[in-house]
Amino acid sequence: MTGISDHLVILPILLPLATAILVTLIDDRYRMLRIGISLGATALLVGVALLLVVPTIQVGPSDTELIKSYPLGNWPMPFGIVLVADRLSALMVLVTSILGMATLTFSLSRWYTAGAHFPAIFQLLLMGLNGAFLTGDLFNLFVFFEVMLAASYGLLLHGSGTARVKAALHYIAVNLVASFLFLISAALIYGVTGTLNMADLVVRIPQIAAADRPLLDAGLGLLGLTFLIKAGMWPISFWLPGAYSVAAAPVAAMFAIMTKVGVYALLRLSYLLFAAEAEGVLGFNHTVLFIGGIVTLAFGAIGVLSSQTSMRLASYLVLVSSGTLLATIGYGGVNVLSGALFYLVISTFAIAALFLLIEIIERSRIVGADVLAVTMEAYGEGDEDENEPEHEEAGLVIPASTAFLGISFGICCLLLAGLPPLSGFLAKFAILSSVLEGSVEPGASAWWLMGTLIVSGLAVLIAMARSGINIFWATLEPGAVTARLSEVAPIVVLLVLCIAIGILPAPILAYMEGAATLVNVPGLYVLEVMGPEAAATLARETAQ
Amino acid sequence: MELVLAIAIGVLTASGVYLILRPRTFQVIIGLSLISYAVNLFIFSMGRLRIDAAPVITHGNTDPSAYTDPVPQALVLTAIVIGFAMTALFLVVMLAARGFTGTDHVDGRD
Repeated sequence: MTGISDHLVILPILLPLATAILVTLIDDRYRMLRIGISLGATALLVGVALLLVVPTIQVGPSDTELIKSYPLGNWPMPFGIVLVADRLSALMVLVTSILGMATLTFSLSRWYTAGAHFPAIFQLLLMGLNGAFLTGDLFNLFVFFEVMLAASYGLLLHGSGTARVKAALHYIAVNLVASFLFLISAALIYGVTGTLNMADLVVRIPQIAAADRPLLDAGLGLLGLTFLIKAGMWPISFWLPGAYSVAAAPVAAMFAIMTKVGVYALLRLSYLLFAAEAEGVLGFNHTVLFIGGIVTLAFGAIGVLSSQTSMRLASYLVLVSSGTLLATIGYGGVNVLSGALFYLVISTFAIAALFLLIEIIERSRIVGADVLAVTMEAYGEGDEDENEPEHEEAGLVIPASTAFLGISFGICCLLLAGLPPLSGFLAKFAILSSVLEGSVEPGASAWWLMGTLIVSGLAVLIAMARSGINIFWATLEPGAVTARLSEVAPIVVLLVLCIAIGILPAPILAYMEGAATLVNVPGLYVLEVMGPEAAATLARETAQ
Repeated sequence: MELVLAIAIGVLTASGVYLILRPRTFQVIIGLSLISYAVNLFIFSMGRLRIDAAPVITHGNTDPSAYTDPVPQALVLTAIVIGFAMTALFLVVMLAARGFTGTDHVDGRD
């Protein structure tokens, strides 16, 4: 523990925390200073995340260099809290930081000023997300979940108004209950195994006496349920569209990664804790994940088709993305998983870009267009904009905005529906081809996965085409579109990233495959975190 | 003692779940508070119930059997703080919702 590179793992947590404290202390009169600090810190975060990702690119899949553990306070291992950065965590941190940079830039022109503490809360959300991705301790995961959720409550309420407060009331209640379930499960797991360290759990779970097993299974089941609530699996995803569709655009775009935290935790823990056994318990049970994922996908697709507003459509797209990921994690296999991770990155960026686009589009549309287009007046949702801030000059007004919006919307549509030639197609193709290659005679589950993936893609295409026609050909006021450079740039960056991934997919897919392989080998994780002795114990137990 | 604690946790949880499912925001927040008490007691009990055993080492006595497990007590402390903060936040949102919608129904309309 000498050079700065040894402490790199904790920087994605400390940096946003320090920034949050700093911008809280600075008065809003020095707005440019606050903006500069927030942007600078987030850009630095992207750099740190890149530094975490880059060393893991070139090495072979079995190299222990791939996993970096960072024991906080340098306590000997089962006792302290540990942070672990492997390919999967590093990738998630990178996606979070890029998304954070894009949404923060977007928020500068409008939403930044809607509340005094937006920059601080935003940084705390980044801190919670990064912490949840990096931690190797179950209770610490709970704490970072709470940091993330507390920040998300604040962000969801950002801009205020009746619709947001009503949605936040439901969102907070659901997430509080989920947090209590998390606490109960963590307590049960500790009560049975005597540890909360994930790597230590891997070693200890096979040693549990048969009489204690039901208690442990109950704990793990509740833990899985908690993550499924966050990931938005049907039927416990009822809270999601309502909350996401009323959030301010940059906030909703940032929330696109919040469901992925649940997906990440399920992926990590299901492969870590049940590697030695064929079947896990509810939630971590891959059959449950698979069927739940398929149903979520179907539910999301129906929701997309039935959406009457663009924000709602984008919220259901979040569910489609979650469903695809859950089903593919449930299906399993290194190649399928690497395709799923590829899809995770693309869908997160594309959905975020769509949320941002909708914001620009909606404010340029003829007032009440939605009401004329579809029978919305019955729901009385007309008063949601009452407390939104006035436009503020920030950057240049770009010409040909309408053309830009149309093209970007089309790109989002292609990415999310998974059509060639863009990377959304490659992601789905990677999943489907490995599903077919994995077995000589594809079973029923393979056909179910293929069927729902393709049909849901069609549903997304129909819904987005309908929405696009409705917006661009029918209700967009000619020449009324105004977009600032700071709003256009993040959308362009996100979409260009997605397209670039599609042009050069080979190294990225190789990286995802490495990440998926690593997730499938819990022995390496244990070796790095707990040392050779624990890894040897685990290997002995697995062999038995 | 185990039986009394188990019944207490059970009653608190059952009342909490019942109240959460009620339509008024005040009932929901009381329900959430009751569940958080139950959860905290539950975490505490997962360190096994011991009488006359401190969680911190005193007077140089290093025999581990003389002490109770300190980890659940640390966990419960964290859980209390987080639960308390979240309940306070929820209370503010609840009051805001009451102000915006003019009703204390969770859906904003009776």
